[in-house]
This record gives sequence, C-alpha cells and structure tokens, in this order.
Amino acid sequence: MSQPTPVLAEAPVKSLAKPEMKRTREGFGHGLLDLGEKKPNVFVLVGDLSGSTNVSFFAEKYPERFLQVGIAEQNMMCVAAGLAAVGKIPFLATYGAFASCRSADQMRVTVAYTDLPVKIGGAHGGISVGPDGATHQAMEEIAIVRSIPNMKMIVPCDYWETRKATVAMADDPHPNYIRFGREPVPVVTDASTPFVMGKANVMREGKDIAFIACGVMVYEALVAAEALATRGVQARVINMHTLKPLDHEVIEKAARECGAIVTAEEHQVNGGLGGAIAEVVVRTHPVPMEFVAVHDRFGRSGKQDELMAAFGIKSPDVIAAAERALRRKKG
Amino acid sequence: MPRLQLSLDELRERALFVRRDIVTLLARAQSGHSGGPLSSADFGTALFFHEMDVNPERLDDPSRDLWHFSIGHVTPVIYALMAERGYFPLADLLGFRQFKGHLQGHPSKHDTPGIEVSSGSLGQGLSVCCGMAYGSRFDKNPRRVYCVMGDGEQQEGQIWEAAMFAAHYKLDNLCAVIDYNRKQIDGDVQDVLGVAPLADKWRAFGWHVIDADGHDIQKILAAFDEARATKGKPSVILAHTVMGKGISYMEDDYKWHGVPPTVEQADKALVELGTSLAEWTKRLETHTTRGVTPSANGAAS
Repeated sequence: MSQPTPVLAEAPVKSLAKPEMKRTREGFGHGLLDLGEKKPNVFVLVGDLSGSTNVSFFAEKYPERFLQVGIAEQNMMCVAAGLAAVGKIPFLATYGAFASCRSADQMRVTVAYTDLPVKIGGAHGGISVGPDGATHQAMEEIAIVRSIPNMKMIVPCDYWETRKATVAMADDPHPNYIRFGREPVPVVTDASTPFVMGKANVMREGKDIAFIACGVMVYEALVAAEALATRGVQARVINMHTLKPLDHEVIEKAARECGAIVTAEEHQVNGGLGGAIAEVVVRTHPVPMEFVAVHDRFGRSGKQDELMAAFGIKSPDVIAAAERALRRKKG
Repeated sequence: MPRLQLSLDELRERALFVRRDIVTLLARAQSGHSGGPLSSADFGTALFFHEMDVNPERLDDPSRDLWHFSIGHVTPVIYALMAERGYFPLADLLGFRQFKGHLQGHPSKHDTPGIEVSSGSLGQGLSVCCGMAYGSRFDKNPRRVYCVMGDGEQQEGQIWEAAMFAAHYKLDNLCAVIDYNRKQIDGDVQDVLGVAPLADKWRAFGWHVIDADGHDIQKILAAFDEARATKGKPSVILAHTVMGKGISYMEDDYKWHGVPPTVEQADKALVELGTSLAEWTKRLETHTTRGVTPSANGAAS
C-alpha cells in the first residue's frame, strides 16, 4: 500500500536563477475548475474574497454551485459543514489568517469532530503576502490545523502542486486544509510531477544534509542546495507538501542517510513544519537540526522579497542554517 | 417513511416519559444538565413524534427530515427523545456520560448513530442547518431542516451571521426553535446579557417569527404548521418555556441549568411525575432492544 517515494533527481526546474513565476492561488482556482467538471457535488463558498482567492474562476463557470457567504467566516465554516452533511464536497476560501484563527472553533468542533469532508482554502499564507502587513500574514496555520484530530494539512510548493492538491482533496472523505499564497512564486514542479497526499517528494538527491521544506521555501531550499553543491556539499531537498499526515518514512530515511536536517517554512517556528519533523526525528534517529522559520514575531508591511530576507527565510538563511547543522554533525 | 403523528394525548404522555427519562439518566450519571432538557421536552416530543419525518431504521434515508440541536448540552432530552423514538434501546440511557457508553456529554455523530453533526460549542448549529437546507433545496429534496437553539445562546454572534444568510437565501425549508426559558448558567438571561426583544430582532433579520407556549403541544403543532406553510423566508418559533419544567423544585431556577439531581432529589422528582426512581430505572433497564417504545396504555412495562 505504501507507494515508492517519487524521486525527481532532475527537478523540473529549468533554471533556479530565472524560474517561471506563477501564483499558487491560481492553482487553487484552476484546481476548482478541474473539479467543477469532474464532480457535480463540489461546491465553493467564499467570504467576500472571490477575486483574491481566485474562486471567481469557479463562480463564473459554475454559478449554481458557488455560494457567497459574505464577511462571516464562522458561519461559512459551518454552512460548509452542513453542505457536507448532505453529501456535498464544499471548498471554502478566505485568507488563511481568518480560516485558521477566526473560525478555528468551528473547524475543530463542527468540521473536525464530526469528521466532515470540508475543504478549507487558506489564501495569502505566510509573510509573502507583503504590503497588507501582520494582520493578513497567516503564519500560525500549520500549528493550529495540525493539532486538531481528523484534520489534514497541505502546503503546496507551487502552482502545479496547488492545483493537484486541490483536486486530490476532493477524493478524501475527511476534512483538509490547504495553504497557498498571494504573490507569484517559482514553479518547481510540472503537470506530470506526482502528488500523493502524505507522500513527500524528493526534489534533489544528496547525502550530506537534508533540507525539508514546504511551500515557497522548497524553491529557497533548492537554491541553497545548488549553492552548497559548488562547495562539494550535497544536500537532499525534500518537498514536504503534506504536513499531516507526515511522511515519517522519508524523514527517518533522511535522518539516517544525511545525518543533519534543516527545515524551512514560511511560518512561525513554534508548532510548524520544523517542530513536526523534529517530533519524528527525535523518536527515530536523532540528528542535529536547524529551523529556518519566522521566529516568534508578527509580520509587517513590505515587499515579498525584502520581508523574506528581513525575517530570515531566504536561501542564504538556509545555507547559514546548513553550516550550523553541519558543524554540529561533525562536532 | 411517514411521520408518526401521535395524538395529542399520546404526545403528552410521551413528553411525560421523556421527562422521566431525563431525570432518571441524570440521576444515574450524576453529571449533566437538568434545566434546559426539561424545558425542551414538550416541543421536542412534538418534533420527534409528530412533526418530523425521521427513520431510525435507516439513518441515511434521503427523505428524512434533518434535525440538529445547536444547544449540545441538552443531551438528556436529545437522547431520551432518540431512545423513545427507536434510535437505540432505552437501557442505553443509563450509560449517559459514561466512558463505556455511546452517549457523550455533548452530541457526537461518531458515537451516537442518528446524530447528524456533532455540537457543543454554542452558536454554530444554525449555520450547519443553513448548509443542510441550502444543499437539500439544491437537490430538490423536499425535506425540512429543524434547528433547536437556546435563548442565552442568542448572545453568540455567529447566530446572527447565520440569520442573515438564511434570510438572504430564502431558506423556507429551515425552521428554528428557540427554547425561550429566560435562564442561562450564570443567571437570568436579561441580567447576564439581555437578548430581548428577540421577536423584533429575528423579524428585522428577515425571518417569519412565531410565538408559542413551548409547553402547550397543540400550540406547538400549530406553530410547526405555520412554519411549514411560510414560503420565501425561514421561520423561527420562540417557544416560551420554563426552565426545569415539571419538577417543582427546579422550575424557573437558573441554578438547575447545569447540574443533575441527587438520587434523593431525582426520586422526589419522579414521584412528582407519577413514578419513582426505582420503577423508572427498571423500565429503562428492561428495554434492551431498539424500537418506538410502547405507551402506558399499550403492552409492556
């Protein structure tokens, strides 16, 4: 039953220096269009953010299955639950800051405790939202969603993965949360890259150190790995697109074979990807770990790149973390 | 499956049984809420034994009406109604809130077959029912959706989000019932945080509002008929009730919101209700099979 982890030794990135840039939210919007055609019981709900979450694509093509809920996220979460209870597959979309926090109780009690197939789309994830600032930069989603029983959590790395994950969620009879972003981000997979919920993708092979990343940080990890390769350090890059259920097998293997791990995420360090990986590493094969993440602070307004640099989540930060981890590995 | 539509006398007797069940299961558990379940017993009986088309024999029957208690803490009345209606044996009521039973403190879909959606955190149920009503209408399914709320619960903001939604989408297949017993756990609703004038508020939100004596089964049935006949907007029944109704020492006293009677108090209550704790416990214990329970006029117990 466990499928082999797809290895993409030649990651389908034409050029890390000049990657194609595409919005993950468009992947969500296009994924919903794919579903609209395939599944007549897919509904889409939105809290007054049709344009910025790109569910407007679905709304135009399938207006009869599109439900505008207004600025009422708590109601939206539970209306979706009610639709699921009568056999629909409801996708709801709002900013991740609201989906994960404003309606957290509704997600926990009504959706997750009942184990209804509500599909939660958290848009504008992470600090890369940019100018809107701290209130709209969702950086606690992994910690919140991961802690709730029955929930699954996906943080896709690019347009294609977001599109495929969106489609995959509809086949899962349980609740899921998908996090995607606002700004264009590098495309590091393609239409044929496998996506299996709960099975990580190895994007680059290496045995000196492992980078385990999610979301836009997969690209940053690939850039860091390429830079390290010129110094003779071969880093394995793992795209941990599914935060829950976690691919324990690939993590343990990375710990055993690489001996040091750097995690990279556009999320608070507390309770995020790094913590989740560490929970597996300490139980199976403890090795030095470093965490590239936002360190317990709120975001602020700015441009995507300058914010990521200021908050320490660009490829140079991954390299610096790798150097620390490698020193500890040797020491 | 047709509605049961018991006669008025049968409904009154059934409501009495439900009250006896509530007191007995609370006495056994020594945990749980007394006040709200007793105030909801009459309109709850009208719902389960007259108004709603439910099918405990086939829980996924697509023609069934949908019901949801947004006030999850009134599980004593929910479970009593379910057991009397045939969802599970009466004997199970004695396992209320016990680790080994299937009757959680608050309704849990995966523990108790027949519960459509779990509840317990207040204010969420009307939204759930909005989704059910919208989806049912989309499917051209003629069934109705019933949501039971509390009056103290009206303090939750989400209810008013749902109220706007239901009116905006003209969900006339949705009927809400508010157990208007004027009490909540910290005291009188008007002292804790006033919700009045409730009828005006719901009307202003675009709902058809029906005031009814929540203990007069005939009037409750008329209110359900009126709701059913109302087209183009959702209906809400303000069921005016008395917390702890039927037990002299509990009536209209908020202190009974969240506590069970002691064994002695329960026996006294059951004597007031025409039986005794021993007698009614025996009735529950001996009903170990599922099915609509017989009336006192019929055979058995």
